[in-house]
Amino acid sequence: MDQATQLEIDREKGNFRYETDYAFDAGVGLSPATIDYIAEVKGEAPWVREFRHKALNIFESKPMPTHWATKDLEAINFSKIRYYLSQGQKPSRSWDDVPVDIKKTFERLGIPEQERKFLAGVEAQFDSEAAYSRMKEGLSKLGVIFVGPTEGLKEHEEIFRPWFGKVIPTGDNKFSALNSAVFSGGSFIYVPKGVKVKQPLQAYFRINAENFGQFERTLIIADEGAEVTYMEGCTAPKFETATLHSAVVELVALKGAKIQYITVQNWSNNVFNLVTKRGLAHEESEIRWIDCNIGSRLTMKYPGVILKGRRARGEVLSIALANDGQHQDTGAKMIHAADETTSNIIAKSISVGKGRSTYRGLVQIPKHLKNCKNNTECDALLINANSRTDTYPAITVRGEGNSVQHEASVSKVSAEQIFYMRSRGLSEAAAMSLSVNGFINDLVREFPMEYSVELKRLIELEMEGSVG
Amino acid sequence: MSVALTESAPPTASTSLALEEVFQTDLAQAREPKWLAELRLEAWARVNRDAKISENGIAVDKKDERWRFSGHKGWSLEGVARAKNKFTGKLPDIFAGGHPLTCAGQLTYADDILSAQTPISAKLANQGVIFLPLAEAIAKHPELLREHLFKHDRALGGGKFLSLHQAYSRAGSFLYVPDNVEVPETFFAAHWAATSGVALFPHTLIIAGANSKVNFLDFYGSANDAGAACMAGAATVIAGSGARVFRKSAQNLSVEALSYHDDTIVCGRDADVKNIAVHLGAQRARYESYSKLNGPGANLELCALTIASDRQEFDQRTFQDHVAPRATSNLLYKNALLDESRTIFAGMIRVEPGAEETDAYQQNRNLLLNPAAEADSLPGLEIQNQNVRCTHGATTSRLDPEELFYLRSRGLSKNTAYQLLVFGFFEEVIQRVENEALAELLRKLARGKFGK
Repeated sequence: MDQATQLEIDREKGNFRYETDYAFDAGVGLSPATIDYIAEVKGEAPWVREFRHKALNIFESKPMPTHWATKDLEAINFSKIRYYLSQGQKPSRSWDDVPVDIKKTFERLGIPEQERKFLAGVEAQFDSEAAYSRMKEGLSKLGVIFVGPTEGLKEHEEIFRPWFGKVIPTGDNKFSALNSAVFSGGSFIYVPKGVKVKQPLQAYFRINAENFGQFERTLIIADEGAEVTYMEGCTAPKFETATLHSAVVELVALKGAKIQYITVQNWSNNVFNLVTKRGLAHEESEIRWIDCNIGSRLTMKYPGVILKGRRARGEVLSIALANDGQHQDTGAKMIHAADETTSNIIAKSISVGKGRSTYRGLVQIPKHLKNCKNNTECDALLINANSRTDTYPAITVRGEGNSVQHEASVSKVSAEQIFYMRSRGLSEAAAMSLSVNGFINDLVREFPMEYSVELKRLIELEMEGSVG
Repeated sequence: MSVALTESAPPTASTSLALEEVFQTDLAQAREPKWLAELRLEAWARVNRDAKISENGIAVDKKDERWRFSGHKGWSLEGVARAKNKFTGKLPDIFAGGHPLTCAGQLTYADDILSAQTPISAKLANQGVIFLPLAEAIAKHPELLREHLFKHDRALGGGKFLSLHQAYSRAGSFLYVPDNVEVPETFFAAHWAATSGVALFPHTLIIAGANSKVNFLDFYGSANDAGAACMAGAATVIAGSGARVFRKSAQNLSVEALSYHDDTIVCGRDADVKNIAVHLGAQRARYESYSKLNGPGANLELCALTIASDRQEFDQRTFQDHVAPRATSNLLYKNALLDESRTIFAGMIRVEPGAEETDAYQQNRNLLLNPAAEADSLPGLEIQNQNVRCTHGATTSRLDPEELFYLRSRGLSKNTAYQLLVFGFFEEVIQRVENEALAELLRKLARGKFGK
């Protein structure tokens, strides 16, 4: 199959590494000194440094959540991780300033091409700091701010500080505390009142150094009536020892605003991907998470929306694919906190080989609320005999006129469908691939075009060799 | 809940069921065979090893996922003791004024003491059917009991209660139906709390031979306006190949009572088992249902109807364990919530790697009739075989305003329309009992909850 060979090359795209001479390196392990070092290098305000120290204490006092989560978490050795690495502090403003090595990495990832495809702004993160960051001038003129967290908290404190750490408090969970202690890199975005950003903003994240944990922090604020779409893609080269990625992403949609956040996660199969993502939706606003998890050893990620204002709407569309040695523990949280709020969760997972995919959900409608609605659908597809899938939703409903429906199903690819396609001349693998694509197709359609193509390819690659 | 219990008979330290001497006296008085005494001691050791069971009661581990959403106050054993004297008053006839139930045999316990017994017919006895009080069965059929009594491990979180149950349970019924024997009538066991502050440990053990047919009804209630009671009951159904077992149970204890109950069902090859449970009473009731589809081609139907009112809490945990291939299971749990009541449904379908062609379904429907009521739903799936069809659904809503409007437009009063829709919601489960006497009884009990 010609196409397959072509794709095989693509697959190795992320599997390379350049010797990089790190200008700033906080060393191995985590202690108050690490925090001071990071704060020093970044020249952060005292309140940020204090925020980090407090977070470190919380991180250390919290136990691992293994009473409900997988025991695999115990495999993380926090004392062997590098918490901060950087090649320099200022993000380069033009493509020419980017060091040649890093440019090579990004060229292989296709970032310059992405920009040519009229993306509004590209923020590519190489380990901890943005190595390249530029936005179309038109957007800057509209007052859209698209920076990293260091710059965001320094230059635009009045905008970002009021919401920073408010949607996801430091003590939310052990890993949000870890991120709050050592965060570095990520995107801080502010879209002013009524501004509708037509092109999606985009960021690429890579983990390059071995044993390096990546702790990016993202905060997106869409002011009244604003609209923005943010896309992140993640790749990491393959390393011998496990790496940790623990991000915190906070979204704030003020009255009538719309935020759409799209993730395609394709970390290599030794990355622990433990991410906390949550949005705060004010009156009549809409927050939508589109979340695809294809890579990593263990992903634990449950994007959530707190529906704080009347008639706010939250949505999570999630696709997970777990292959041999992978556990995709994903899901969604919908916390209704105002009348007439609605939420929708559609989760589809595919387990291939010995892969395990898990859906964990939380829907809460407390007693003083009226006329809230939630709809949840989770479908799991099992490809091989020893594939595994679990579903663990938790739903609490009180109040007046609220309604909730949850539905889940587990199935395999229909033998009749495969037979039909084979009788039409397709190979078994091609028929399987078509059938799997059909399973996720209605979700993939919701994605911007470049992403849906990339996603379909990634899934085809993962499926290779799993049939026959 | 501890409030209600303290209000009852004043506790005397020497009768607390958590005390060593109380257990030892109980054990000595029972004069049981060695194998059983050992099972009791083993269970008692578990009770003691668990420091969380004390005179103050049974603590609930907040971090245990199997207790998620449960009220965390723990279960008080304060003031709860074995009944000292046999109850001499009159016990109610639950079928009075309606269809009488056609019984194959009947056992009635009051305060865990046998108070009435209708033995089975000579014809059934000749066919080899055994239906006896537990104590008598232990004496007469030790080999059968030894093989099956207290034998099944459950992992649904109620281990502490089950240990206590195993240490103390003597009031129970034992039913054995040999291979190829079909009994169309119902075996009926009634357990009454008749005195305030009494502890109950009802046990039911049903062994259905290959291709046999069995109907069984367990009823748990409070007679004589008895107030507080603490029940830790368990029932085990072992269905042989091709056996058709239909078990029904209804719990209607007083609103001051605490209830823990475990149902364990093991289905053999091509067995066809139905279990219907109706939960109406107790201040706080935890019900665990563990079912193992152990034989290929087995078919299991699990149904429950819960009507929660006032400040009642019903905590239901179910587990459909598919071990054998080609088995089917179908679960339907319906909860109606009034006042400030609360229901929890946590269900799990587990398909083990060897259980191909499993077809499993799980459905939880909650009807919220008051904004202050709370319904929690945790429907779960753990699937380790790809050749299966498993689905679950959970819905929570109020009555459909359009349906109400339609009925009112046809001239029905608001109240009648409301009742018609609510009782219609129950009917899906009630009709499945396939027994007019019992269906009538359940309707009467269900409506009783709306009388206030």
